[in-house]
Amino acid sequence: MIFTYRNRHNIIDKAVLNICSSQETTIHIWCCFYRLNACAIGPVRFFKVIRYTLGRLLSLIISLVIASLVIFSVIEIIPGDPASFMLGINAREDTLAALRSEMGLDQPLVVRYFDWVIGLLQGDFGNSWTYKTPVSELISDRIWVSLPLAIYALILSTLIAFPAGILAASRRGGASDVTIMGATQMGVAIPNFWFAMIMVLIFAIHLRWFSAGGFPGWSNPLQGIKSLTLPAISLALPQAAILARIMRSSLLDMLSEDFIRTARAKGLTRGQALWRHAVRNALIPVLTIIGLQFSFLLAGGIIIEQIFFLPGLGRLIFQAISARDLIVVESVVMLLVFTVIIVNFAVDIAYAAVDPRLRIKA
Amino acid sequence: MKPGLIIGSFLSIIFIGLAFFSFIWIPYDIEALEISNKLKNPNLNHWLGTDHFGRDILSMIMMGARTSIAVALLAVGIGVVIGVPLGLFSAARRGSFIDEVIMRGNDLIFAFPSLVIAILITAVFGPSAVNAIVAIGIFNIPVFARLTRAAALPLWERDFILSARVCGKSEVRISIEHILPNITNLMIVQGTIQFSLGILAEASLSYIGLGAQPPTASWGRMLADAQTLVSIAPHVALVPGLAILLMVLGLNLMGDGLRDLFDPRIKGDRT
Amino acid sequence: MKNSVFTATVTAVALLASMASAQTDITVAIQLEPPNLDPTGGAAQAIDSVLYSNVFEGLTRFEGDGAVVPGLAKSWDISNDGTVYTFNLNSGVLFHDGTSMDAEDVKFSLDRARSEESTNAQKGLFSGITDVAVMNSTTVKVTLDQPNGSFLFNMAWGDAVIVAPESIDDIASNPIGTGAFAFSDWVQGDRLELVRNDSYWGTAAVLESATFRFISDPTAAFAAVMAEDVDVFVGFPAPENLPQFEADGRFQVLVGNTEGETILSTNNKMPPFDNLLVRKAVAHAIDRQAIIDGAMFGYGTPIGTHFAPHNPDYVDLIGNSSYDPAKAKALLVEAGFPEGFSTTLKLPPPSYARRGGEIIASQLRQVGITAEISNLEWSQWIEEVFKAKDFGLSIVSHTEPMDIGIYANPEYYFQYDNAVFQALMIELEATTDPAGRSALLAEAQTIISEDYVNGYLFELAVATVAKADVRGLWVNQPTAAVDLTVVSWAD
Repeated sequence: MIFTYRNRHNIIDKAVLNICSSQETTIHIWCCFYRLNACAIGPVRFFKVIRYTLGRLLSLIISLVIASLVIFSVIEIIPGDPASFMLGINAREDTLAALRSEMGLDQPLVVRYFDWVIGLLQGDFGNSWTYKTPVSELISDRIWVSLPLAIYALILSTLIAFPAGILAASRRGGASDVTIMGATQMGVAIPNFWFAMIMVLIFAIHLRWFSAGGFPGWSNPLQGIKSLTLPAISLALPQAAILARIMRSSLLDMLSEDFIRTARAKGLTRGQALWRHAVRNALIPVLTIIGLQFSFLLAGGIIIEQIFFLPGLGRLIFQAISARDLIVVESVVMLLVFTVIIVNFAVDIAYAAVDPRLRIKA
Repeated sequence: MKPGLIIGSFLSIIFIGLAFFSFIWIPYDIEALEISNKLKNPNLNHWLGTDHFGRDILSMIMMGARTSIAVALLAVGIGVVIGVPLGLFSAARRGSFIDEVIMRGNDLIFAFPSLVIAILITAVFGPSAVNAIVAIGIFNIPVFARLTRAAALPLWERDFILSARVCGKSEVRISIEHILPNITNLMIVQGTIQFSLGILAEASLSYIGLGAQPPTASWGRMLADAQTLVSIAPHVALVPGLAILLMVLGLNLMGDGLRDLFDPRIKGDRT
Repeated sequence: MKNSVFTATVTAVALLASMASAQTDITVAIQLEPPNLDPTGGAAQAIDSVLYSNVFEGLTRFEGDGAVVPGLAKSWDISNDGTVYTFNLNSGVLFHDGTSMDAEDVKFSLDRARSEESTNAQKGLFSGITDVAVMNSTTVKVTLDQPNGSFLFNMAWGDAVIVAPESIDDIASNPIGTGAFAFSDWVQGDRLELVRNDSYWGTAAVLESATFRFISDPTAAFAAVMAEDVDVFVGFPAPENLPQFEADGRFQVLVGNTEGETILSTNNKMPPFDNLLVRKAVAHAIDRQAIIDGAMFGYGTPIGTHFAPHNPDYVDLIGNSSYDPAKAKALLVEAGFPEGFSTTLKLPPPSYARRGGEIIASQLRQVGITAEISNLEWSQWIEEVFKAKDFGLSIVSHTEPMDIGIYANPEYYFQYDNAVFQALMIELEATTDPAGRSALLAEAQTIISEDYVNGYLFELAVATVAKADVRGLWVNQPTAAVDLTVVSWAD
């Protein structure tokens, strides 16, 4: 069967209905959607892979173009004149006009769109109107807060979720399973800003183990990591809960597959079957989700960055929207969307390489 | 019936009940501010205490339940009303160009960070409950579209559908009369889940000030107002947070319980 | 055994040594971050908060008690007709980049501020200047088109600081001034650093360095101070927490006044607010004390007109708008609104507006007026309320000092048009003798109170929370500033 994008959808959807459990449906749908189904064996395969990669590259570019159009048009509709906001209540009309022409607001929309896109491609994100510095500088300063925070939260959530999910699956129905499932239900239901509030109250104000927020910079790496700890925990908790549940259900599905029965028939103990076969195979959808969670974490840190007053990308978006600094908003949102699309693309490509089971077509 | 379903339904019904009851009677009028009565601890007059404006917290919770449920429900409604037909259409026209377009559109919406879009929408159109509904609802559409399509696709291969085609029924009629009833269970489960996500989303948006505006009560805004008071009068911060937690928990448990109830295929552990 | 004793002794000595010398750096937090570092190119108060008197200086300057004292100009002569000011500058003053400050720089600064392309937010301060002439390197002659009693006061504003042509191009990101501190670094979104200027022309600062942090969220502010992440918070945004700090021996709380008149702005040209009786009804429907208690937790001084109560020329006109809901309802009936009416209440972000707005809406509801609340961001507020004048009511604090003159501008957002008042303001500008000015100001305050132009609520208080050992902080805010030049740590 020749590989086509459509066939992939069909197989995925079958997978969706089997694996997806309650809450994680949203994540599952997304992750399963990106599972590959490369096919064909032998020398023809190389060309198929190339053709597949080129196909994905094309759709990547189309996605990016459409995304940029959507972002540009949505943001241009925002009412509010940046010039008035910057010069304040008592500013006079002539100074406002001077600032507006300095900012290029009097040019037609189409010209501004293409200027923006061409600039993006060259790495020039424009100049921020409020800060009067290149946006790329603002982004590069703040990405060193948001990116480590996202990675830190990812590591924490994985460290919590994996053992929890594996334990719960291996002792299905037992006391530990019920406890862990109960805990994950709570973790998913708790609003993360409320959780952050309580943690600040206990750990920062009463115990003074951590600072209440802020970021002292990376000159002292340990201090930097310490200041990101409470925020990372707040971000990681709901993700860990979801991840643990997915790990558990994915593992349970693996455990019910025939190849496990075969392994047991061959004489492997329960534990050996679990580790040698089930976990490795269950890791595949889980790894996909981790890759996608990363995008969530990067973008989802907005509220957390507000609460802990971290100078990251999320807070930049917030401040830029309040200040009507359109260039900053456009560029940062585009960057986030770009990251998500690229991560998905990378997951797709890596998947074909990594998963042997999906390469063989029945 | 599993205990999860019972507990979950119980919790959900309490809050939904509070919301409906608030139309008949609430202990105190939340629009009458009594500054001199502010920040009282729970007592016989005010079972959950008063907030920084002297308003009765129990009344605020009841009114807030109204807001959360209305917003989340309508957001799910948007997702269902637009997403399900899209999914059915996509499944009926599986493999065609329009199917591709719809699915790519779905992916694109998934790629956008939802909170940023919500902030943008409320910045453009102003913060209000209605805009919160739209902002949350938009992200429900691809979920339902995707799920509907995934559930409907295998059904199209089934014999009873093929015989309907042979009888000459149009795709639309088949979708409505045959496919839809068979996927309803899945929709109910997903709807419950999206409902609980909607409650959380509404709380998050209100927390940053982009949801329902005063004097409409909202749990998220109660939490935002209470933040600086948490060391002076903890009940003002604890009560709304617990309300959100319990409601979402209840709905999740109910959703999981319903899924187990509807789906007789319990995966056995073959080890 | 011997080793550990030695280590212990060394550690003890080190500790004692570090305790003996007082701290020389300080971390100050303020709510808003400056968008850029040019106090003469934009209106953001935060720019002045960080740089005024620390990095930049003007011909005159404000002290903590509001007095206008000599700055870069050590003395001045005013001509008999009051139109020519001759400033004698201090000599040997250097900018932070080593270039000297002289009369050429003063001419450059004033001409730049009043030029056509100037983006100075307070261009009006300079509009009366017809000529700036350099007499010699330390003497400047400024000619006005008419006498102006507030000219020296105006030159103390942050928008009138002296800048240099050599460093003007980068001023927004690398401010070069003449102050006791020099700009060192700015990590946007996080902090801004200053270091002591060791070649300062006046008395050197005690502190060696200072870091500004920007924390807008009230909860984060509370957490930062409690956790001792910052040493000082100027303009602490959560008055409900002040009693906690006062009770805690680690901190001191300084509550002072500002020039911020917090008012319920009323659109005088939008019906039904064009009717004096309606405005009077609104004034009597409001309970000021409830607003001060509910929104500001008791911090703030009630006002009856648009003037600062700590100013000696203030007239107490609170009686004109006492809390009397029955009278308010009667007035509404008389005005033709027995059933009340609906209007909009558009609120900017500060908590005095958001909280105060909810309280006022509730009070107005008691007399039958339904005020629909919209919470806006600053840029939206400027668009809708300030420029488009599309609002019924709003709440905002006018923080410029001595700004009663805004009532003489019929185009100003609340659109009050009274020829008598306008004539009064023209007369005031030309009057320089203090007794005459007092009388005119009293008359002005009475007119706008009896016309019920706006609802006059309270004078904004400013709370500074600091560690108990910090000395020299301003208690009041006569202008937006965090003057660190005389701040030190007690030993």
